[in-house]
Amino acid sequence: MLEIKNLHARADNKDILRGIDLKVNAGEVHAIMGPNGSGKSTLAQVLAGRDVYKVTAGEITYQGRNLFELSPEERAHQGIFMAFQYPVEIPGVSNVYFLRAALNSIRRARGLAELDAMDFMAVAREKAKAFGLDESLLTRSVNQGFSGGEKKRNEVFQMAVLEPTLAILDETDSGLDIDALKIVADGVNALRSPDRAIILVTHYQRLLNYIIPDYVHILINGKIVKVGKKDLALELEQRGYAWVGEAVASA
Amino acid sequence: MSTQTSNLEGLINQEYKYGFVTDIEADTVPPGLNEDVVRLISAKKEEPAWLLEWRLKALHYWQKMKEPTWANVHYQKIDYQAISYYSAPKQKKDGPKSLDEVEPELLRTYEKLGIPLHEQEKLAGVAVDAIFDSVSVATTFRKKLEEIGVIFCPFSEAVKEYPELVRRWLGTVVPYTDNFFATLNSAVFSDGSFCYIPKGVRCPMELSTYFRINAENTGQFERTLIIAEEGSYVSYLEGCTAPMRDTNQLHAAVVELVTLDNAQIRYATVQNWYPGDKEGKGGIYNFVTKRGKCLGKYSKISWTQVETGSAITWKYPGCILLGDNSIGEFYSVALANNYQQADTGTKMIHIGKNTRSTIISKGISAGHGQNTYRGKVAILKSAEGARNFSQCDSLLIGDKCGAHTFPYLEVKNSTAQVEHEASTSKIGEDQLFYCQQRGLSTDDAISMIINGFCKEVFRELPMEFAVEAQKLLGVSLEGSVG
Ligand SMILES: Nc1ncnc2c1ncn2[C@@H]1O[C@H](COP(=O)(O)OP(=O)(O)OP(=O)(O)O)[C@@H](O)[C@H]1O
Ligand SMILES: [Mg+2]
Repeated sequence: MLEIKNLHARADNKDILRGIDLKVNAGEVHAIMGPNGSGKSTLAQVLAGRDVYKVTAGEITYQGRNLFELSPEERAHQGIFMAFQYPVEIPGVSNVYFLRAALNSIRRARGLAELDAMDFMAVAREKAKAFGLDESLLTRSVNQGFSGGEKKRNEVFQMAVLEPTLAILDETDSGLDIDALKIVADGVNALRSPDRAIILVTHYQRLLNYIIPDYVHILINGKIVKVGKKDLALELEQRGYAWVGEAVASA
Repeated sequence: MSTQTSNLEGLINQEYKYGFVTDIEADTVPPGLNEDVVRLISAKKEEPAWLLEWRLKALHYWQKMKEPTWANVHYQKIDYQAISYYSAPKQKKDGPKSLDEVEPELLRTYEKLGIPLHEQEKLAGVAVDAIFDSVSVATTFRKKLEEIGVIFCPFSEAVKEYPELVRRWLGTVVPYTDNFFATLNSAVFSDGSFCYIPKGVRCPMELSTYFRINAENTGQFERTLIIAEEGSYVSYLEGCTAPMRDTNQLHAAVVELVTLDNAQIRYATVQNWYPGDKEGKGGIYNFVTKRGKCLGKYSKISWTQVETGSAITWKYPGCILLGDNSIGEFYSVALANNYQQADTGTKMIHIGKNTRSTIISKGISAGHGQNTYRGKVAILKSAEGARNFSQCDSLLIGDKCGAHTFPYLEVKNSTAQVEHEASTSKIGEDQLFYCQQRGLSTDDAISMIINGFCKEVFRELPMEFAVEAQKLLGVSLEGSVG
């Protein structure tokens, strides 16, 4: 589904990604772990098309197409969704109004009929309930005044409504209480299917107890230095990133 | 990548939809301003002597005045002798008695503007007075309103048919000595709307005036007067457009509102005069004086304005809160895109006891636009228990535009409560990207963010017009982010 080859990206004259290779097949869940500042969010945002990051080398194909030819909204129309590490506030725009506009522009791009307010509300209510999102948050302004955990739940709620083909979750588990973590994990697991793929950026192996990844990648200093199965996350938790660094240095 | 989301100063390429010119023969007075011109205008309108005298007093006063320079706007000196002060489309008769007599070309013009005047297609629930350059060409639903005592007609007809009412109220809110532009208007005003809502009547439809400037090198100087008698209510809306021309045109209107005990006037403006092109060439100079007087106790006047057009906007709709417990409100969205300059705000003068005022101002600047909020809140000694709340928010799109806030506060009574909040924010690249990541186009994202920003003002507009205003802002900002 997604193939990244030798990806280099920079921002503000600073090289951040320095040769990423990653292949994600439909049906798979990939976890990406790595120390602060290693480039995880940058990778996620390059996939979503944020142009503050300049791609200086490499290529990305998504469903057989050159991803760089698509604008951010076209990528969304093609099923790419990113849950933001820091969800953005939009004052005065209600959460459901925003999400319906998003869903309908995606549906339009795919040649599907738009959902009217009534039909949409039915879907939104059901998903909000499933993800423990307080109904009052539906009509409040997008993310404005939401608590940290509420913002993260809202991202997962949006994901559930938009039903992406490739979901990239950037530290969606950070700041969640234990119950919320389980709910979010359930949401992600519900999305898992043979024709979808998920990339999870996380610092904690705890999330991986609930969402069992097919692969775990360790990203240090803009490069994927180690790939393993779910046990790698456990080992990492016990031994820290220094161990990976040494392992790479001695290899 | 096919779009550059972070380039917030990208080219601005809005289209002005109303820029066409109507080809119609007009009766236009040669440029220049002097006593003869004033006499001529008054004669054309067959005015009584007292009105001509009033005009002449204004002219003489104006000739000694200096154009104000305190506003935060810059423009080439206006040559007041190069402007024509009267232009009217030639009509077969002295003035159409019914729509059948209105020139078809004029009816087509209003149709193109989305204001059908034909009996069959009239806007439901909205009575319209259509003003073309210096004259009113049609007023719909007049008869129907007359049945309940509501007068809604062109100003010039009111002078003939209801001289006592006009004479009693004209200039009582904005005297002819008020300010440079209002004084000029008093000397040469052409047409406008007159509304009178009798005691206890709740006007059953929206009253609306649609102003259209067509002729070249002509100024438009309309005058509107609305009187709401005891316990009455009226909601009024004005809209304005002009052709695209590369010379500037002057529009200096005066609006006076009066409310008696327990009466209420809601006055909404959707101002979309031609703003000039992307380089700042052409466009309307909009120098307007609007003021309401809450004469009666418990009366209320609210101004709601959506100002998207004009090269320069200079207007401060205000309220004089004379009656005890009277209320003044001001809700404003002002947009300055490309090279537009807006200096707008309000004046709330608290005189009566327990008077209250609310000011919500939303300024949006894009391109090289400069947006200034200028507001005055004065609480006089007599205004025991007066309260004011002001909130001024500015939104910047790109980094070549500017936002400025000048609140003036004058409190002479210690029991008064005054609150002021202000904020300036930028449409963030992060907000745009968030919307785009969810599938929204750049333009949709911007209009959504802007509409969110303006929400508190839009909800004060009559429903249908709120939708219009949202669309208008969307169009005016289209492509303002590259
Ligand atoms: N727009 C930018 N301009 C300049 N530097 C940036 C920009 N975005 C990211 N960086 C830098 O690139 C590096 C990688 O940042 P990134 O956000 O991708 O890290 P991360 O792995 O997600 O970290 P964390 O675990 O803390 O979220 C950091 O040093 C960061 O300061
Ligand atoms: Mg990060």
